Amino acid sequence: MSRGVSEPAIQLRGVVKRFGPITAVDGLDLDVPAGICLGLLGPNGAGKSTTMRLLTGQAIADEGEIRVLEHELPKQSKEARALMGVVPQLDNLDVDVSVQDNLAVFARLYRVKDVRAAVDRGLELARLTGRRTDEVDKLSGGMRRRLLLARGLVHRPPLILLDEPTVGLDPQIRTELWSLIDGLRSEGTTILMSTHYIEEAQRLADEVAVMAHGKIVARGRPSELIAQHAGRETAEVYAPPARLAEVRATAESQGLRVRPAGPAIAIVGAERAANGAIPPEAIRRAASLEDVFVLLTGEEAE
Amino acid sequence: MRRLEPAAITGVMSREVANFRSYWKSTTFSSVLEPVIYLVAFGLGLGATIVDRVDGLEYVEFVGTGMVATAVIFSSALPAMFGSFVKERFQRTYDAILAAPVDVEELVTAEILWISIRAGVYGCFPLIVSMFFGLDPSPGMLLVPLFCFITAFGFAGFGVATAASVSKIDQFSYVTTLVVTPLFLVAGTFFPIDELPEGLQAAANLNPLHHLVELVRHAAFGFELTDLLRVAALLVFALALWRLAVRLMEKRLID
Repeated sequence: MSRGVSEPAIQLRGVVKRFGPITAVDGLDLDVPAGICLGLLGPNGAGKSTTMRLLTGQAIADEGEIRVLEHELPKQSKEARALMGVVPQLDNLDVDVSVQDNLAVFARLYRVKDVRAAVDRGLELARLTGRRTDEVDKLSGGMRRRLLLARGLVHRPPLILLDEPTVGLDPQIRTELWSLIDGLRSEGTTILMSTHYIEEAQRLADEVAVMAHGKIVARGRPSELIAQHAGRETAEVYAPPARLAEVRATAESQGLRVRPAGPAIAIVGAERAANGAIPPEAIRRAASLEDVFVLLTGEEAE
Repeated sequence: MRRLEPAAITGVMSREVANFRSYWKSTTFSSVLEPVIYLVAFGLGLGATIVDRVDGLEYVEFVGTGMVATAVIFSSALPAMFGSFVKERFQRTYDAILAAPVDVEELVTAEILWISIRAGVYGCFPLIVSMFFGLDPSPGMLLVPLFCFITAFGFAGFGVATAASVSKIDQFSYVTTLVVTPLFLVAGTFFPIDELPEGLQAAANLNPLHHLVELVRHAAFGFELTDLLRVAALLVFALALWRLAVRLMEKRLID
């Protein structure tokens, strides 16, 4: 293609989606350039899942424009879906059916010409070649997740949507999935991944968009977001509540931002603090994406 | 109306076929055994003791041909109701399918089509079983699978539409008690409709199953000209319930 600047893989402009009195997506603008992994980071209820459903045409926007791979939604949503792979948050595999049949059905739904080759490829990706004739019921949780991912990739799509890909998984299985996703990213697949895990976004995303109350409140590379919103250093203070209140008041009087951190508090931008604002018992550490997340969304991170 | 893509429909049906391999034994077992039990109980029990002939037929012949309609409604309306509900709400299968290039209309059409094909086959079992009890085969019977298919298409549509309308699975009890049971009892399967009070007779004529019962009996013992009207009525029923199922499922599945 000879166009100088190619259109972003995903483009949302002023998108609004209401459910009765609730506005789940509230004037969302979002571009996902081709070839990157964008992490859509936000607390539960920020509108991430609704955004995903809007992109697959399973929800229709009340206002705004959505374009996916040069297709206008919802009118051309079927054409767009043919080019997308979707990995849902909740396991919806066919449990009474064999591993290979789960893949074969979706290869057919995606009109893949050589179903057998697609199934073999999927089995290899999910590392389930030896279990191909087993019913899904008999697989472990980690195997099912890998199969779910392979099912969404059965037609080798240029774009994939991952909705909370590792929610509720053991750390070990999570790491395993991360390397699978990282593999796709390095092959040049465009990825939009919603997550509420900071670490997931930090490890996998080239860029992070922080979502709260149905809109994007910040966007950039993780390091840029940290520098811009949290500064260089954060000081965490663990102490009894009365002492914490005292430390907080002093820091805030200097214009520093303080956020809750479980039983502790975290003073963000500690490098700018004047004498006395950071108590001697504080633990200083580099500012993190978690600081940004909590400051911007007002919710404690997981 | 958008175009229905055959590839999308066969894709969804291939999922049903893959699933069917895991449960075909149990459904087929009951589809074959149930008419046998009914025929023994009603045909031999009632037929030998209380009723002799009905409408000029041996009672076994009367019930055996009528049972086809029973087999059709129980292998279409009920699987469509429960199957769609479970796939939509519990297994989230429909969510997975709709993320692929398949529209709700294609999904619903494929589901209904598959159930109707199955019911077209299961509907023949009572007829085959009846032959062991003395029913004579006739060429007209070759049309029975088609009649069953058309009727099942409507009842599968009814089942999907019901699944899209209820909020909890227990609400199906109202539907089976208030709709399915009366339809199958007042279809002319076990006793002739014309013995009923006039109001009920009129109501029975609105029952698609009654027309199926008549068509099957006529297929066995001789068609009448009015059978064309019965086929037309069943086609209208099938078409209407199919469109209703698509409309209601679209409402349910697309936010």
